[in-house]
Amino acid sequence: MFRKDIIENQNEGKKEMTIYYSEDHEWIEVEGKSGTVGITDYAQNALGDIVFVELPEVGEDYAKGDEVAVVESVKAASEIYCPVGGEITAVNEELEDNAALVNTSPDADGWFFKIEIADESELESLMDAAGYKEFIAGLE
Amino acid sequence: MTMNNQGRPTSIENASNSNRSGYPSYTGSRGLSQVEGLIYEIGDTHRTGVDLPEVEEFESRLGGMERSGEIGLAGLTEPEAMRHYTRLSRKNYAIDLGLYPLGSCTMKHNPRLNEKVVRLPGLSDIHPLQPISTTQGALDLIDTLAHWLKTLTGMPAVAMSPKAGAHGELCGLMTIRAALEAKGDARSIVLAPESAHGTNPATAALCGYTVKPIPATKDGRVDLEAMKEALGPDVAAIMVTNPNTCGLFEREIIEIADAVHEVGGYFYCDGANFNAIVGKVRPGDLGIDAMHINLHKTFSTPHGGGGPGAGPVVLSEALAPYAPIPYVVAGDEEFDLVEHDTSGKSFGRMTAFHGQMGMFVRALAYMMSHGADGLAKVAEDSVLNANYILASLKDVMSASFNGPCMHEALFDDRFLKDTGVSTLDFSKAMIDEGYHPMTMYFPLVVHGAMLIEPTESESKLSVDQFIGMMRHLVAAAKAGEKDRFSGAPYNAPLRRLDETAAARNPVLRWTKSEQ
Amino acid sequence: MRYLPLSSDDRAEMLAKIGVKDIDDLFIDVPNHALLKGLVDLPLHMTEMEVEQNFAAFADRNISAGSVPFFVGAGAYRHHVPAAVDYQIQRGEFLTAYTPYQPEISQGTLQALFEFQTQVAQITGMDVANASMYDGSTACGEAALMARRITRKNKAIVSGNLHPQYIDVVKSATKYTEDVVVVSETTVNKAENLLELVDDDTNCVIVQYPDFFGNITDYSALADALHEQNKLLVVVTTEIVALGAIKSPGEMGADIVVGEGQSIGNGLNYGGPYVGLFATKQKYVRQLPGRLCGQTTDAEGKRGFVLTLSTREQHIRREKATSNICTNAGLCTLAFTIHMTLLGEAGYRKLAKINHAAAVKLASKLSKVKGVQLLNDTFFNEFTVRLNKNAADVVEALVEKDIIAGLPVSRLYPDNKDLANDLLIAVTETTSEDDMDILVGELSEVLK
Repeated sequence: MFRKDIIENQNEGKKEMTIYYSEDHEWIEVEGKSGTVGITDYAQNALGDIVFVELPEVGEDYAKGDEVAVVESVKAASEIYCPVGGEITAVNEELEDNAALVNTSPDADGWFFKIEIADESELESLMDAAGYKEFIAGLE
Repeated sequence: MTMNNQGRPTSIENASNSNRSGYPSYTGSRGLSQVEGLIYEIGDTHRTGVDLPEVEEFESRLGGMERSGEIGLAGLTEPEAMRHYTRLSRKNYAIDLGLYPLGSCTMKHNPRLNEKVVRLPGLSDIHPLQPISTTQGALDLIDTLAHWLKTLTGMPAVAMSPKAGAHGELCGLMTIRAALEAKGDARSIVLAPESAHGTNPATAALCGYTVKPIPATKDGRVDLEAMKEALGPDVAAIMVTNPNTCGLFEREIIEIADAVHEVGGYFYCDGANFNAIVGKVRPGDLGIDAMHINLHKTFSTPHGGGGPGAGPVVLSEALAPYAPIPYVVAGDEEFDLVEHDTSGKSFGRMTAFHGQMGMFVRALAYMMSHGADGLAKVAEDSVLNANYILASLKDVMSASFNGPCMHEALFDDRFLKDTGVSTLDFSKAMIDEGYHPMTMYFPLVVHGAMLIEPTESESKLSVDQFIGMMRHLVAAAKAGEKDRFSGAPYNAPLRRLDETAAARNPVLRWTKSEQ
Repeated sequence: MRYLPLSSDDRAEMLAKIGVKDIDDLFIDVPNHALLKGLVDLPLHMTEMEVEQNFAAFADRNISAGSVPFFVGAGAYRHHVPAAVDYQIQRGEFLTAYTPYQPEISQGTLQALFEFQTQVAQITGMDVANASMYDGSTACGEAALMARRITRKNKAIVSGNLHPQYIDVVKSATKYTEDVVVVSETTVNKAENLLELVDDDTNCVIVQYPDFFGNITDYSALADALHEQNKLLVVVTTEIVALGAIKSPGEMGADIVVGEGQSIGNGLNYGGPYVGLFATKQKYVRQLPGRLCGQTTDAEGKRGFVLTLSTREQHIRREKATSNICTNAGLCTLAFTIHMTLLGEAGYRKLAKINHAAAVKLASKLSKVKGVQLLNDTFFNEFTVRLNKNAADVVEALVEKDIIAGLPVSRLYPDNKDLANDLLIAVTETTSEDDMDILVGELSEVLK
């Protein structure tokens, strides 16, 4: 369903069409078979001040829905679930000394990890930008 | 006449008319509230408050492993040390200063008699491994405390060695697992209510169990039907707090126990709230198999700024053989201490030595002081104080459940809706009023929880003042005085602290800076 | 009743406000037959005087360590605690204070914890320490679990020369987790070869320093070898005064140091409450169990202290917590830090020197006694002697002479016939030369 939307919107701003969103407020920016994953602005706002991010190890394999990272604020820890299955190819080492990046730049400098996507069809069950916008509007 | 104008003037007119907020001081201290640096900023590596004799030359037997180089420890002489720690102490709230409405903590008075008897040399200056014949009084004391605990709970056995409540939970669950493994069926799941204290799932994980949460009913108790549905041959145990963490007695506790037993599982009871029923109800009569007792809650051993605790665990007949070592055995003539398991059933040892003797002495002194009659009164007065608070505040605050409650009353933040004041802000404003906040955001089953437990140690005057203060704050919140709450506390030794910075860049010790 | 402020009039007024007739109306949810109609079968309340008499009676039937020549150590040591320590910990603001979850009104407790953490890190030679554990043995169990979290391997190699009760605690701490524990042979005074037990699944090697029998070993080479394989060295110290005289475990390359702090600030108390010490390297900070106190600033920029990194703990992570721990050693921790402050660096080192000198003196005197063979080459304030008779019998005989001569090793190793004649003797600054001469004299008689 969403693939068709993306193909139709192909001419409408290339960056937007490669980003998918999960209902757990993770985003994944896809380029070929590689994806970069982070959490959304909505999520960082709801979590409050982030103090630490527990990242996966490079080289590890995760399935879609597996707990892959943990985001810690002062009084709570929230699990991050892998939006698609694959192998971790890189993690954002900047976050080790500066977890605040997740709050200040959740969509860019606050990225968590890169993943080699095993099965591209898993992207189909994720939302596009417009879909996610509608989704969070429904939550309020 | 003679004009005798010696002596100092006594008119306070100038003082009455002057600047009320005062002037900044040189050191930052204000009157009786002194600022105090770290021992590393005040002391140095040469200063000491202990006189020790000189040592003659001798041949070292350290094998060349002598420590060289500076350790960096700061020392203070005795006057400096007394002042340092006295100043620090004055920055603490304490039971001796005021009421702690902390639900689930049971902040009752810590009797000084207990401190006196624990310091008797015959009880404090004895080594756990000196010959057993030389510590018969100590073993008798432990056995006597064990008797009181068993009688109060209606249970036949007790493991005395756990060092804290959470350690006791671990002991209880390990005993259960050992009992199940002996039947060849360890199972893999433990059921716990959603309202359970965090130690419950953490403990279950340490025993190799996964926790399945059970929902609560609308009236705050375990949903018996949901629990029955979750029961099966793979359930090792259920962990239930009774009275529960919402301050309510689990009415269907006997049905819960029966249901768990029917599938061959065990009932672990978290005894944190025993204060509500001590002397009036015996958990053994309700069908439990194991229960830890927090001596630092129900039995008044001091909280000491965070410890030490003690968590003996009462056990059923079925579980007793699997209890940890060591344990005291009362013989005909003497007491003995069993330190090695010859039965092959015990799951092992939880700690070196025998347990928290210092807390045993204090708890037994407390129990003997109160007696069977006093302890029943403790439960009654704690329940009375909590219900009186509930009755006196429910018209202005939102009680989460209809009464009666047990020894603690649960409120949530619905009454603060549209005021812009959170449970956290409200709590910090209580500090300005001279009170420690109540337990906040626990249990997780209601929003912005406020759990209030006065204990039986509070006089009616104290409880009335607390109620008046709470009503005063509620009125201020509803009147829109947001700043009063969001900026609180204003009157404490420090303002609100930056916990985010502390967690992002942890500084966990003093370090000498490179000059 | 002296601890219950509510009067009958108060109770009546309060019941009226609540709207019930009788106190038992508030216990309405208790199943009928379970609400006791009478009192439990225990004595009624007692006056202070009566309670004191009861406890004096218990106390009188024990022989206190200070009343006789006394030589038992084995993980708990009799040291002199300055009077000022007890006065401070009895202040109501310390004694009756709660855990510092509301930092604005708990700076006394928090600053003391920050100072404590610094002292422990310095003494152990490590980067960082926590705010204390229940005791040394449970801290040791937690270290094994932490080693697994760090390395993601599950086998701990434990020295057979570790305190036997500590070994048992490590075994039960890992009994129902996915961890495996391998205990090496108890060598008493001979060198160990722990490396040969290390394999791919190993996460750490746990050693004691000085060990249970008193030997002092340099573990630097072991640390290096383990690091080459990405494994950890855990060093356990049960007599914390020793680190005032010997190299710190940090200097030897330890990754985790755990210890028993009872010697400082806290008396023997028949085994508890004690103070568990836990220190590690900066890079492992987030894997630490237990409480941590950190420095920060308040809304006006003033320095203050708070409990931090709480997301490791049970009240937040629940089943994923680093441990289920809810308390630290609180008042005992405070006693430790106050005593350590009174000692300071100069006092701590001198205290250690006095302890070692006393042990050297007694060892020398004992070496002249027929039937006594000192097993140790090295020791700090505790050593093992092999007698020509059963050690437990000798100790009982000496009790008749009002001497508590040490720990018969067989008490903790009942199944090891080779150790039946071995006696563990501890000496501290509280041991006088008279005590030593009495021991030597009476021991000679018994061993004839």
